[in-house]
Amino acid sequence: MEMFEVLQPGLYTTIQDQGRFGYLQFGIPPCGVVDAFAYRISNLLVGNEGDEAVLEATVLGPVLNVLEDGVIAITGGDLSPCLNDASLPMWESVPVKRGDKLSFKGPKKGCRAYLAVGGGIDVPPIMGSRSTYVAGKIGGIEGRPLAKGDRILKGKRYGTLGKRVPPELIPLYSSNPTLRVILGPQDDYFSEGIETFLNSEFKVSSKADRMGYRLEGPVISHKDGVDKSIISEPSVPGGIQVPPDGQPIILLIEQTVGGYTKIATVISTDLPKVSQAKPGDKIRFEKVSLQVAHEVYRQKEQLFQEIEDSISGA
Amino acid sequence: MEGWPRFLLAGDFGLLVEFGDKIDPEINKRVREIFITLEKFPIDGITEAVPTYRSILIFYDPLKTSPDQLQQKILALEKRSREVTIPPPETIEIPVVYGGDFGPDLGFVAEHNGLNQEEVIEIHTSGIYLIYMLGFTPGFPFLGGLSERLFTPRLKTPRDVVPAGSVGIANNQTGIYPIDSPGGWQLIGRTPIKLYDPKRENPILLKAGNYLRFKRITGAEYEEILQRS
Repeated sequence: MEMFEVLQPGLYTTIQDQGRFGYLQFGIPPCGVVDAFAYRISNLLVGNEGDEAVLEATVLGPVLNVLEDGVIAITGGDLSPCLNDASLPMWESVPVKRGDKLSFKGPKKGCRAYLAVGGGIDVPPIMGSRSTYVAGKIGGIEGRPLAKGDRILKGKRYGTLGKRVPPELIPLYSSNPTLRVILGPQDDYFSEGIETFLNSEFKVSSKADRMGYRLEGPVISHKDGVDKSIISEPSVPGGIQVPPDGQPIILLIEQTVGGYTKIATVISTDLPKVSQAKPGDKIRFEKVSLQVAHEVYRQKEQLFQEIEDSISGA
Repeated sequence: MEGWPRFLLAGDFGLLVEFGDKIDPEINKRVREIFITLEKFPIDGITEAVPTYRSILIFYDPLKTSPDQLQQKILALEKRSREVTIPPPETIEIPVVYGGDFGPDLGFVAEHNGLNQEEVIEIHTSGIYLIYMLGFTPGFPFLGGLSERLFTPRLKTPRDVVPAGSVGIANNQTGIYPIDSPGGWQLIGRTPIKLYDPKRENPILLKAGNYLRFKRITGAEYEEILQRS
């Protein structure tokens, strides 16, 4: 059934789910949401199975005309969501009625918001996913960001009302996050460069999108006499590439291969912090061991379980 | 090979297994053998494996396994791969119209290498090219085996749009653009075959570890193949 009509698409709004996995060997990147934690919670709140497609809005959200009564939940960065000009609470499921107007007044905190709808956004899956991959022209609506006049369909299920995330469990999106990293896979191409990398502040440049975040800061130097590039290899989301100019790039989920050295990799638990950083924000890096990263991963999964229990128990 | 494979961490859910440090058909053959063995005998906890020029990138679920466990299992798999029958690589033929509007840089490639256009086509179609890896855009093949006689630098200014199917040369590489994309390769021809078609059952035509040949066709044959697909 038709759920929304797009009155204004916003800066960059796409339909995404958890991602398209298993196709990187063919040159197709995973895509999917960049802030997986906020995404999963948005689906939980409206009573979805968990892997349904949602809208990912960036900085300036869309204006949507509601075509059908339903349940929505908005999570992620606070882009000031409004329903008919009244501010709309985030991190909880709320009803919308046919004829309502949903809009976003501008970014307050973070960079990307997720809008889930009970029943899930209904577009045909391609290679096992509904995620929009713009360069490959697949997924979402015609493989592109939303455009004015698009009509967005949803699945049959209505959804669950009155579900909310306890305030103390809502992620804080800092504008100067510290990202935990595991060194490598090519940290042996650097010596003092590693000190520069771990002890400096880097500014998010205006070149920050779903492919990657270019950062600006002190030059991270390679070891004398080593190659600054490697034989091209597939990218891992969170990989931090250092090209010959010494300015790092955090690779995200719409990358396939790269030929520059990667000094370190952001741990998966901290990828949402990257996705919520805006141009101008300041980033620092902190080295952790694999054991610590895996412990943090387990804690994050426990937190998610706690939120799920709290929502389904409420 | 002594000292290989090498295991490198790629974050908290990636493990890079390297089989060498060169672009080399023998190393890539080993990658293909291990990759096929892994497909036959999946390892618990591995969520995705990606063959590359000289390594396999493994994604895993940290709740199910760890790099230490994976390392042991992959080393065991490596031994096992010698007992597994690995099917020989396939060779796929890619029909190409050379020159004209489809290959606007054929003349430059010829001139740069002191050849005439016919000789460029002759050399390009007589090679057999190893598909080392796919990536960059959906189904884009990184090919090895271009004759030194055709090495040509990239364009000084890349084109904003290179049409899908374009066959090009950049330095010591030759390749095919699967989708319309910006690009700086010297274009010598175009194929009517779709390397990438999301609506097809197998959206990507090529597979890493296989081989590819180019076959010269006429404009009429190009149209005919296009009509049929």
